[in-house]
Amino acid sequence: MKYIDEFRNPALARQLATAIANEADPARTYRLMEFCGGHTHAIFRYGVQDLLPSNVELVHGPGCPVCVLPTARLDSAIYLAEQAGAILCSYGDMLRVPASGRHSLLKAKAGGADIRMVYSPADALAIAADNPGQPVVFFAIGFETTTPPTAVVIQQAEQQGLKNFSVFCNHVLTPSAIQSIVEAPDDAVAIDAFLGPSHVSTIIGSQPYEFFAEKYQRPVVIAGFEPLDVLQSILMLIRQLNEGRCEVENEYTRAVSREGNLKAQALVAEVLELRDSFEWRGLGHVPYSALRIRPRYRQFDAEQRFALPLLPSRDVKSCECPAVLRGVKKPSDCQLFGTVCVPDNPMGSCMVSSEGACAAYWSYGRFRQQPPSPSTKSKPIA
Amino acid sequence: MCLAIPALVVAIHPDNNSATVTLGNVQQQVSMALVEDVQVGDYVLIHVGFALNTISAEEAENTLALFAEAGLLEPPP
Repeated sequence: MKYIDEFRNPALARQLATAIANEADPARTYRLMEFCGGHTHAIFRYGVQDLLPSNVELVHGPGCPVCVLPTARLDSAIYLAEQAGAILCSYGDMLRVPASGRHSLLKAKAGGADIRMVYSPADALAIAADNPGQPVVFFAIGFETTTPPTAVVIQQAEQQGLKNFSVFCNHVLTPSAIQSIVEAPDDAVAIDAFLGPSHVSTIIGSQPYEFFAEKYQRPVVIAGFEPLDVLQSILMLIRQLNEGRCEVENEYTRAVSREGNLKAQALVAEVLELRDSFEWRGLGHVPYSALRIRPRYRQFDAEQRFALPLLPSRDVKSCECPAVLRGVKKPSDCQLFGTVCVPDNPMGSCMVSSEGACAAYWSYGRFRQQPPSPSTKSKPIA
Repeated sequence: MCLAIPALVVAIHPDNNSATVTLGNVQQQVSMALVEDVQVGDYVLIHVGFALNTISAEEAENTLALFAEAGLLEPPP
């Protein structure tokens, strides 16, 4: 398929790997964080790490919206479906994520709650039009890529006069998350440079990372999601580090400009506004890292329409998702990984989402190449 | 979640601001609310039923040329 196959060409991949091996300085290490779960997935699926010299290490970042959503927000979504009598429309990614007490949207649905899996927020709008007598809530999650479609359907709901439609808004922002990783104290890993998001950047452009590269003196390369894009971007980061540059470069020029999609940005700004703070799984409360619905559209804001109780959330105790999301631990460092926690029976969000680091480790069998850490052998499973 | 796939625009429906796109043998109707000036024959990135952006054919060629160049560089002495 056009724009896919040619970016997976094995011969070119070998050439790029050779170039990386030639240019990487054996006297130093390169710790590169790929922010996006989409990159993590491409790296494992195509064995990109195996093509790199041993001093080039890829660290997996928190760019998986399903993974970073804190349990309390998921509990609230389940509350909307179970207690508030709403039809809850959710992306399929969320359905199996463990909520408090090992509950999930899928289990709530099995128990009789009206939870519908949708491909697009437009589907949720159609469900609202078909069920005028019932409140319909769209469970909106995702980064800047997924946010503009939510803004569009909120405006459409107003135009169509749909009084039963609202949105439970959990949209989060990439640049503030990257910033919080770099600023994290003590146990944080030292990251030399970042592979920047691809499709987030098609919307926001490459410009928002410029401040970050300058302030924190870390190179950023906006990278496409295909394996050749990832290899080329790694090469560009290595060159920047070798030359002592800290710039924002764009490898994914076929879809990303410096300004981004201005029409989409204007729509989002019209409907949504910054939250002062938002909780992320793994990163804690991050200032100005998420969006909420503007007062002008409050009738479509599920947080305004329903009194959502603040329930204390409970995660599985030994789950290492928070440390995995910060890049501090590898999935195979978690004692639950591959024992009780597998994709069919996930204990944490990183094993559910196909973009989660744990799911990527499990699906492509990479963990088998590493010696098991002593803790997995000796400690009983809590 | 942020995955978006390139698909070919085969028909544009101005009445509801949507377009029909194809990817392999799959046809899908997607919203054009987030893009401007899309023509039949363009490739757009599709995400949750919305076109996010037009793919630049010229830039795609440049990137492919860049890949090919990388392998031709001499190793450092």
